Amino acid sequence: MSQNFRLNTGGLINRDKPIEFKFNGKKYIGYEGDTLASALLANGIHLIGRSFKYHRPRGFFGAGVDEPNAKMQVEINGCSEPNINATEIELVNGLSASSQNCWPSVNFDIGAINNFLNRFFPAGFYYKTFMWPKSFWYRVYEPFIRKAAGLGIASLEKDKERYEHKYEYCDLLVTGSGPAGLASAYAAAKNGAKVILAEDKPRYGGTLLTDDVTIDNLSGKDWSEKIISELKEMPNVIVKNRSQVFGYYDHNMMVMFERTGDHLEKKTKYTPRQRLWYIRAKEVLLSTGSIERPIVFGNNDTPGVFLSAAAKEYMKVYGVLIGKKPIIFTNNDSGYETAIEFKKNGVNPIVLDTREDQNSELINEAKDLDIKIKFSYAVIVAHGYKKVKSATIGKLNKDKIDFENTEQINCDSICVSGFWTPTVHLASQSGNKLKFNDSIDAFVPDKSKQNEHSLGAANGTFTLQDTLKNSINTGSEVSKNITKKDEKIQIPNTNERKYSAHDKFWCSPLPKGKNYKRFVDFQNDVAVSDIEVALREGYRSIEHVKRYTTLGMATDQGRTSNLNGLQLVANVEKKIVPQVGHTTFRPPFTPVTIGTIVGREIGKEYMPTRKTPMHHWHEKNNAVWVDAGAWKRPRYYKRGNENLFEASKREAKNVRDHVGVCDVTTLGKIDIKGPDAAEFLNRVYTNAWLKLPVGKARYGVMLREDGIVMDDGTTTRISENHYHMTTTTAQAANVLSHLEYYLQIVWPELNVNVVSTTEQWAGAAIAGPKSRDLLAKLFPKIDVSNEALPFMGYVEGDLFGVKARIFRISFSGELAYEINVESDFGLFMWEKIIDIGEEFNIQPYGTEALSTLRIEMGHVAGPELDGRTIPYDVSLEGLVSKKKDFIGKRSLAKEAFNKADRQKIVGLVPLDRKSSIPEGSHLVENKNAKLPNPKLGHVSSSCWSVENNNPFSLAILKDGKNMIGKKLFAVSPLKNTSIEVEVMSSHYVDHEGKRVRS
Amino acid sequence: MLNIKCPYCGDRSQKEFAYGGDGTITRPKLNQEISDEEWDNFVYLRKSPRGKHIELWHHIAGCRQWFKVERDTTTHEIFKTFKPEE
Ligand SMILES: [Zn+2]
Repeated sequence: MSQNFRLNTGGLINRDKPIEFKFNGKKYIGYEGDTLASALLANGIHLIGRSFKYHRPRGFFGAGVDEPNAKMQVEINGCSEPNINATEIELVNGLSASSQNCWPSVNFDIGAINNFLNRFFPAGFYYKTFMWPKSFWYRVYEPFIRKAAGLGIASLEKDKERYEHKYEYCDLLVTGSGPAGLASAYAAAKNGAKVILAEDKPRYGGTLLTDDVTIDNLSGKDWSEKIISELKEMPNVIVKNRSQVFGYYDHNMMVMFERTGDHLEKKTKYTPRQRLWYIRAKEVLLSTGSIERPIVFGNNDTPGVFLSAAAKEYMKVYGVLIGKKPIIFTNNDSGYETAIEFKKNGVNPIVLDTREDQNSELINEAKDLDIKIKFSYAVIVAHGYKKVKSATIGKLNKDKIDFENTEQINCDSICVSGFWTPTVHLASQSGNKLKFNDSIDAFVPDKSKQNEHSLGAANGTFTLQDTLKNSINTGSEVSKNITKKDEKIQIPNTNERKYSAHDKFWCSPLPKGKNYKRFVDFQNDVAVSDIEVALREGYRSIEHVKRYTTLGMATDQGRTSNLNGLQLVANVEKKIVPQVGHTTFRPPFTPVTIGTIVGREIGKEYMPTRKTPMHHWHEKNNAVWVDAGAWKRPRYYKRGNENLFEASKREAKNVRDHVGVCDVTTLGKIDIKGPDAAEFLNRVYTNAWLKLPVGKARYGVMLREDGIVMDDGTTTRISENHYHMTTTTAQAANVLSHLEYYLQIVWPELNVNVVSTTEQWAGAAIAGPKSRDLLAKLFPKIDVSNEALPFMGYVEGDLFGVKARIFRISFSGELAYEINVESDFGLFMWEKIIDIGEEFNIQPYGTEALSTLRIEMGHVAGPELDGRTIPYDVSLEGLVSKKKDFIGKRSLAKEAFNKADRQKIVGLVPLDRKSSIPEGSHLVENKNAKLPNPKLGHVSSSCWSVENNNPFSLAILKDGKNMIGKKLFAVSPLKNTSIEVEVMSSHYVDHEGKRVRS
Repeated sequence: MLNIKCPYCGDRSQKEFAYGGDGTITRPKLNQEISDEEWDNFVYLRKSPRGKHIELWHHIAGCRQWFKVERDTTTHEIFKTFKPEE
């Protein structure tokens, strides 16, 4: 079978360029310019999938975004993606598509038994059927639903495609290149406005490609081509096809995806597959057109049933017949356009018009072409399982609630037209409350909440003349206000056929005794009876009916089902549609791939990687990395077959015995300047700062207003009005914002400036008993004696020609110094330290050894300052000034903070002096107590004490120091451990702090 | 994504800013005698008005200035932005 349904001439496809593709494993040929849908239809393929719930055979229904059924698993360039709309994907060589929702095959589908068991699948079947027992959910129900529902298969492979993001700003964004979009974009562009015109399809022109009209004596298609080529020449205009504006967000932030890669035969490595555009538009013109409404009838989901405009589009754009013996079932004149197109292509359609005998330009034209028309007729039910074979039709009685007579006629397709529904999704997303327009039986935009205007069919204007006139006027008016230019555009002359009024008929009644399934929502398999059940069960709000029946909740957002669903609810409830109201439209208008949303922010581009100037040295010396925020820090330097534990023990021990060097560049650094700097620090920190002399550092703790410790670190007075603050790596950004807040909002009278200098300085900490000897060799001109450079002293020096800052501060509890040089000299400094330190047995140490050293010294860090502790909890009460006020001080008076048995910091060692205590373990008195076992505290940090050669932990324990000497259990259900521990002081090594002062 | 006019830099995308909470709160003066209730009101209690509200925003990926924004919390309409001293 090769393209038996392709017309010999006509359409916009390229018959000289055949394209081979696969569907369900079989090879077919289509043409360049086809969609996957049009190519399959050219080959007579209608059965393309199974429905979601009942597994009924389904075929194509629409020709673009209106398509509810044709969701496919598509493979292009080795990338497999589910839920691709076959009507929207362009045919390319090598494309391979397969049906979803069916197993084992589309022709023989086991799930179709659901169709015969459909009394078990009523509205709300998820809620009713799969409730009990609870344990069945994961094991039985969910796998069953997943297998049966089969929404395609997400690839487990890494997506090799490239996706990009782009930001754009414009005066006007015009969404859709039909007559309204072209006319308004043109008028605005002529006024010099910066315009973006976005078209979802590959071809510009919208309905101008398929309607028999003329504009200024040009065919609709030729006129649209002329306007597009003019727009493309204008430097102030961006024209984009294959681009769907899918989201309307606050302040006219529009989001659009552009299909940049899938239609290309050849792509370079850097061709993105899709591009996401963030467009901030001063004004948005919504020219999104309208979508044809189906008429509901029995078995209206049988393959071969189409929207009438889709059938016309397949003929006019793709040169494809969707059938050779069609019934046109219409309540308005649109169906006649399709009928006439069939007739012109040598097919004899029969038109069933639900209206009484009448005349209009179109109807008369059809009559002149000898097209058979039956007025007051409707399709009652389609026959045929996998394809329409015939239909029972009937003459409607006067009230159109029953049939006077019925007959069965042969046909191979049924084209329905139930009039037009404006595409108001974007308008609704913008916050525009829609209003019901009685004359078209549909919702149209009402008052704008943002800067948007709907034009043409999207606004319920269905004649070309009015559309062009309104669109040109709006385009001119809106752009004039922005550019102050007023280039008058002539409204073109048009030639179009006048429609007679449509009929409100939307659903064929069931003949007595018949019980045909009549579908309202194809994609989610919601039939008239399902909605009736929901209403009978008491659901009233349309939002509830929607969720209970899943009406309109599928990926097509109910584009073809919404209004008919509302109509049905209104009928049953004896209301009118506007009283029922409508559900809310939310982005995205059409499905968007996750790849497009993520863009380039994947893998190592997910966030920036911060590297210190010494990064490459660490790398060359076998650093094993740990992430500290965006920073990469050496966790340890691996020697031979060492593991983390062995390496960190060696490094820490070397600090205690000799000297070690640690890259501390990542610490936050804030430069503070101004005459009120001392006063400011005095308010920010809990301790006193007014009397710190120049050339001295001080340790400080800062609180939040609620009394909780925010951060700690040292600040050094560099000169009279100049301080250098350090923060923890994790809190660097927060502390800067915190300081700025107080300076700008709370105490603007303080004359102080703060700026981050984290990346301006490279830092190296040298720690250990030999660190002074090393320092003396690094800075021979400086007196580094304990008298000249005491603990918390500061001096500036010359490191072989490089200006350096030397701080005598210690995190390890050892005699230690921190040297800072400008970042560009960081590596130079580091290599000098390593070189000269060799004679003192220097070793670099990573964050793991750093933790070990601080834990056994009882220095608190992130795990103790965890957003729950106040200074009193972590042995920092000595730093809390009784005399002065500071941020958060008032909160420290809270009753709960001063309870005697409050949880406070202690040290722990396992009784066996061997078992490491997992961090996060809970401390309990009795490990065998009845659950819930009362928790006395938790283990915050653990290490292997290199000083005492056994495990040691810090913990936050109820009643704190009063518990010293007690024996408890540290239990970790996660690690399945229960370790008996002894409570002791948190200062396990050098309790008096002699070493740092030595 | 909101479009916020920084009083120092002009129109920028929300991405560049951090929300800084209620802009109508005044911190009690240092060393001020204050009841527990007043202090708790300052630290914890915030109104969550529906409609117009004055907020603090921080231009963190820009000029690093804190400023005030009058915004409708339901429609997100921004009526004005201004420097803290204004
Ligand atoms: Zn700014």
